Amino acid sequence: MTDSSGIKGPSRRAFLKAAAASVPVAAVAGAARADDPLITEVQEWASGLGEGVDATPYGLPIEYESDVIRRNVEWLTADAISSINFTPIHALDGTITPQGCAFERHHSGAIELKKEDYRLMINGLVDRPLVFTYEDLERFPRENHVYFCECAANTGMEWAGAQLNGAQYTHGMIHNMEYTGVSLRTLLEEAGLDAAGDLTDKWVYVEGADASSNGRSIPMEKALDDCLVAFKANGEALRMEHGYPVRLCVPGWEGNMWVKWLRRIDVSDSAVESREETSKYTDTLADGTSRKWTWAMDAKSIITSPSPQMPIKHGKGPLVITGLAWSGRGAITRVDVSKDGGKTWETARLAKPGERMALTRFYLDTTWEGEEMFLQARAMDETGYVQPTKDELREVRGENSIYHNNGIQTWWVQPNGEADNVEVS
Amino acid sequence: SPAAAEKFGLGRVATDAEVAAWDLDVHPDGSGLPEGSGDVWTGETVFADNCAVCHGDFAEGVGNWPKLAGGMGTLDRKDPLKTVGSYWPYLSTTWDYVNRSMPFGNAQTLTPDEVYAITAYILFSNDLVDDDFVLSKETFLDVEMPNADGFILDDRLTSEAHFVREPCMENCKGEVKITKNVVFKGDPNSPDDPEAEPAAQEAVAEE
Repeated sequence: MTDSSGIKGPSRRAFLKAAAASVPVAAVAGAARADDPLITEVQEWASGLGEGVDATPYGLPIEYESDVIRRNVEWLTADAISSINFTPIHALDGTITPQGCAFERHHSGAIELKKEDYRLMINGLVDRPLVFTYEDLERFPRENHVYFCECAANTGMEWAGAQLNGAQYTHGMIHNMEYTGVSLRTLLEEAGLDAAGDLTDKWVYVEGADASSNGRSIPMEKALDDCLVAFKANGEALRMEHGYPVRLCVPGWEGNMWVKWLRRIDVSDSAVESREETSKYTDTLADGTSRKWTWAMDAKSIITSPSPQMPIKHGKGPLVITGLAWSGRGAITRVDVSKDGGKTWETARLAKPGERMALTRFYLDTTWEGEEMFLQARAMDETGYVQPTKDELREVRGENSIYHNNGIQTWWVQPNGEADNVEVS
Repeated sequence: SPAAAEKFGLGRVATDAEVAAWDLDVHPDGSGLPEGSGDVWTGETVFADNCAVCHGDFAEGVGNWPKLAGGMGTLDRKDPLKTVGSYWPYLSTTWDYVNRSMPFGNAQTLTPDEVYAITAYILFSNDLVDDDFVLSKETFLDVEMPNADGFILDDRLTSEAHFVREPCMENCKGEVKITKNVVFKGDPNSPDDPEAEPAAQEAVAEE
C-alpha cells in the first residue's frame, strides 16, 4: 500500500516483527532502572520551535498515523471504479468517522459536481414539479443527526467462512457522521403531496447525478419519517467521494440507498424495481428464492481491538477490549463480550448510551494473562433482537445471501498477542 | 397532514423538457418506455460495437466483468450464476439500466432503438426469444422472465423472530474449536505477501 506521498507503507508482517522486538521487559518493583533519556535529556521539541499557524490551512493527520487510511482489496471487484474501499475501523476510537478515511463505494466513480452546477428535481405525483438549486436547499429549516451508513455487502465476503484478516476488511464498509441537512419530508411537502392521494401505497424513487444513477425505491412512509437530504457531514461540506454537494441519508437502512450526488426525487405509485433492487441488493436463500427490499441493517458489532491488525503488543496485564455496535432498528442497549468463543459472556461498558441508527462504542476493561482467547462481541438493540452467530444466520439463509451478514465475529488471539479471523464451533 | 404543511416558496417549477430529460424510469409494467424498436440481429451488431469488449460476444462476460447470459437453474447451488436470464425478475430493469448507465464509461449515449436492440440480443443470448424477435413498447410484456416469481418480500421479522431472545451468559456451549481458519492470512494490501493473494479466479465478490 502506498500513501499519497508515494511512500510504501509497512506491511502487517513487518509491523508485527517490529512489535515483537519492542515488547517491554516487565518492571521489577524496587529494582534500579536506567534513566529515560526522553526525560533526562532536553529534547529538540522542548527547546526549538514548532510550525507556525500559517503552515497548514487545512491539515492532515501527522505522518506517524499514515497507516490509518482507507484500503481497497483489488481482487474483490473487476475494476476500481465500480468498487469499494474500507474504513480503518481497527485504528479508530469513539464513534465519529473522520471523513478523510471514511469508506467509499461508487458504481461509476466519484464525480466532481460543483454547487453552481447542482440541481435537485422533485417530480411525479406531486402538486408542482420543482427544481432546487444548492442555495435553495440551504434556506430550508435544517436538522442535525448522527447516523451510520453501512454497505449492505459489509462482511459479505465472510458468508462462506473466514476470508480476510482484519476488522477493516471484514467490517469496514461503514462510517458514522453527524449530518446537517433538510428533511426529505420538508422538500416533498414543498412540492405538495395532494396529487399523490393515499400516501400509504406510494413510493419515492431517488437517483444520483452520476452515470450509474444508483436509483432506488423507498416507501413513502420511510421518506416522510426520517430521511435527510444532507449537505454537511461532521461540520463541513460532504467530501466529493461521499456525494458533494448533496446526498441522501436513509437512517438504519442499507448504504446503497444513501444516494450520493442526489439529483432527482420521483413520487410514484409503484416501485421502479431498478437494477440496484433486483439484480443487486437482493438476498438469495438456500432454496434459490431471494428476498427483496431488505432495507434495514440488523444489530451488529465488531471488536476493533485486539484484532488481526491490532495485535496485543504490551504483554500481560491490563487490556482494553473495544469495539463498535449498531442497529438499523433502533438504539443499542447492550453489548456482551466473550473471551472463550461464546461459552461465557461479560456485559461490556457503553461509552455513551446507544443512539438510534448510530454507532455505539463499547469497552471491556480486563486483564490478560497471555492466554489464548476467542474474542466475540454480541449486540442487543432496543427491539430485543440479539445479534446471531454466523451459523444461526446460515441456518435460515444459506451461504449465498451476499448482503446483510451481521453474524458474530470471532478473533483468535494467540499467546504471542497476534489475532486471526476464525470461526469456532 | 402534508396538505397543511407550510410552504417556503423555494425552488421553481420544473419544465416538461427538464422532467423528460431526467425522468427516464421504466417500471415493470413497461410504463416509461419510449417509442422505438430493435431486433435481435441489429442488437448483435450494436452489442458487438458497444458491449462485447467487457460482456463478451455472447453476453457471457469477459474476465471479472458481469456475465449477462447463462446460469439457468443455478440459484440454489453453491455458487449461483445470476444473470439477466437466470435471475433478473423484470425486463424493464434491463432496458432502464442499459439506457441510463451503459456502456460503462460512456453512459447515456445509446438511442432508444439501440437500447431495444441490445435488450433483444441479451434476451436471445439467454434463449428467451427466437432470432426473429423484435422488441418494442408493444412486444415488451410478451417476454417471460424465468425468475419473475423468484423473489419474496423481506421476511426477517418473522423468519428470524427467534433472534429476539434472552441471551445466554454462562455455560452456553461445550468445547470450542476452530472450524474455519482465515483463508487470506496476510495483509490484502501487501502485494508481496503470498498469504494475501487468492488463487486465480477464486472468490470474486459480488457487490
